[in-house]
Amino acid sequence: MIEVKNISKKYGSKLALDNINFSLKDGEILGFLGPNGAGKSTTMNIITGYISSTTGTVMVDEDEIMENPINVKKKIGYLPEQPPLYQDMTVKEYLSFMYDLKKVKLNKKEHIESICNLVKISDVYDRLIKNLSKGYKQRVGIAQALLGDPEVLILDEPTVGLDPNQIMEIRSLIKRLGEKHTIILSSHILSEIQSVCSRIIVIDKGKIVADDTASNLSSSLSMDSRLLISIEGEPNDVIESLKDIEGVKTVVLGEQKDQNTFEYIVTYDKNIDVRKNVFSVMAQKECPIVSMNNVDMSLEDIFLRLTQGDEEVVEEKSVTDEMPDNDKVSEEKNNKILEQEENLDKEQKDGSEE
Amino acid sequence: MLAIMKREFSSYFLSAIGYIILSVFYVFGGFYFYAISLLNNTTSLTYVFNSLFVILIFLIPILTMRLFSEEKKQKTEQALLTAPVNLWEIVLGKYVAALLMFLICIVVTIFYAITISFFNMPSWSTIFGSFIGLFLLGASLISIGMFFSSITENQIIAAVSAIAVGVFILLIDSISQSMSISFIRNILNSVSFMSRYNNFNVGVINLTDVVFFISVCFIFNFLTIRVFEKKRWS
Repeated sequence: MIEVKNISKKYGSKLALDNINFSLKDGEILGFLGPNGAGKSTTMNIITGYISSTTGTVMVDEDEIMENPINVKKKIGYLPEQPPLYQDMTVKEYLSFMYDLKKVKLNKKEHIESICNLVKISDVYDRLIKNLSKGYKQRVGIAQALLGDPEVLILDEPTVGLDPNQIMEIRSLIKRLGEKHTIILSSHILSEIQSVCSRIIVIDKGKIVADDTASNLSSSLSMDSRLLISIEGEPNDVIESLKDIEGVKTVVLGEQKDQNTFEYIVTYDKNIDVRKNVFSVMAQKECPIVSMNNVDMSLEDIFLRLTQGDEEVVEEKSVTDEMPDNDKVSEEKNNKILEQEENLDKEQKDGSEE
Repeated sequence: MLAIMKREFSSYFLSAIGYIILSVFYVFGGFYFYAISLLNNTTSLTYVFNSLFVILIFLIPILTMRLFSEEKKQKTEQALLTAPVNLWEIVLGKYVAALLMFLICIVVTIFYAITISFFNMPSWSTIFGSFIGLFLLGASLISIGMFFSSITENQIIAAVSAIAVGVFILLIDSISQSMSISFIRNILNSVSFMSRYNNFNVGVINLTDVVFFISVCFIFNFLTIRVFEKKRWS
C-alpha cells in the first residue's frame, strides 16, 4: 500500500529526517510516536505531498508522490497538526467546499451527512467554524479528511485539545475506521497509540528508533518500572547507594532541584518493589528523600527526560551509571558522561526493541 | 479550480472587505464621473477612465492582499496543497475570483455611459475601448498583487508592497521624463502602464498594448505558481 524508502529531509543545514524507511500494508493502523520536533509531522507532510523530501521516494500503490501527485492525493485523507479550517465559513459550507475541492464523485448530501454523523458534528452543522470549541474544530478536521472515503487516512495528533470523553470517542472512531482504511496517526502519548495502533514506529531526532507491534513494544517498555526521586545529599554517594539496592537497574541523575537536592531517575525490575529499600537506605545515609514518584511510561516524559538529562549532565558534570555490576570503570568524569550518553541510547533501544 | 474560485469569491462577502471595496470604488468613481463629466457638460468619459487608474493602484492591493497570505496564516493552504488539484488550478481559481470581484466594480462605468446617453449620444466605441483597457489594467494589477500575497503571510505587508509597486507604475512616466540617459528612458517608456492605458481611453485598441497587459498577468501568475513550487522543494 504505502512504501517509504530512504526519506531524508533537510531544512537548510538542519537534518530533520534521516533515512526513514518503512512500508505499510492494507488495513494496518500505524502509530508514529516521538517527542515534539522528532519529525513526525515532517514525515506525514512528505507522504501527503505537502512538502518534498530531499532524498527518497514515497510510493502509494503504484504511484510516486512527486511524480503522480494527483493520483496519490486522491487516495489520502489528511488531518494536519493544525486543522486547515476556514474560520469564516460554517461547517456546512466548509465541508461542501472541501468536497468540491477533492473532486469527490459520491452523493454529496448523503456523503457529508453520514460523515457528520460519524464524527458527531451534526449539531454544529450550521455554525461558523470560528465559534466552535477546539474539540469540535478537531472533529471538523477529521470529517474533512474522511471526505471522499480515501483508502489512506493520515492523522497528525488527532486527539490534541480534546477532553477525555472526546478522546475516547475519537479513539474508538479511529479503530472503527481502521477496519476499512489504512491509517497512519501520530501522537506523543504512548497509551493512545497502544490502544489504537497495530504497529508502532518510534521516531526521535529524525530517525526511526523502533518499529514493532504494539504488544511487543509495550511489553518491552513495561519490563522496568521507574521512580522519580528527589534526594538531598551528595550525588555521587546517593547514586552509589541507590545502585547497590537489590532490583535497581539504572540510576540517572536528573536536574538539580535545590541546593544539594537532586532528582534521580531510577529504573528497577518491576517484580521487586524497591521503594521501601530506597527509603531505609537513604535514611541510614541521612540523605532525606524529598519526594518519590512512580513515573508512568509515557514516552513523552522519557524522551523529555533523556534529552534534557543529556544537557544537564554536561553542564553539571555529574555522574551516573547503568548496571550495578559493570561500574567503577572510570573515575574520569568526562568518560562517565560519554558512558552515560551511550547507556541512555542503549537503554532506549533496549526498551523499544526487546 | 471552480471550487476554489467559488469559495474565494464568496469569502469576499463573508467579511466586510467585499462591500468596502465595492463602495469605495463606487463612491470615488461616482465622484470623478460627476466632477469631470457632468459638471463640465461633456459626453466624453476619457478623463474619468484616466482618473480611475489611481483608484485601482490603491484598491486592487486591498482586493488581493488576503488571497494567499490568509491561507498561510490560517494554515489552510495545507488543505489546498494536499488536495488532488494542480498548483495552477489553485492560483487560477483565486485569480479568477479576484477578477470577477473587480469586474463587479467596473461594470458601474457602463451606468456612467447610460446616464450620459440621456443627455446626448456618447461615443460607444471609445467607451468600449476604455472598458477593455480598464479590465486589462485591473487584471495585470491583480496578478501583481496576488504575487505579493503569495510571498508573505502578513496581509499588510502584501498590500503595502503591492501599493508600492503600483505607485512606482504610476510614476514611471514622470521618472522617465527626468531621465537623461535615453537607454533607460526607452526601457521605462516601454513598461509604462499609464501611456498604454491611455491609448485605450481614446478608443485605440492596440494589439501591442493588449499583449503587454496579458503578458504581465501571465508572468506574475507564473511567478506565483513558482513561489509554491519553490516552497515545496526547499
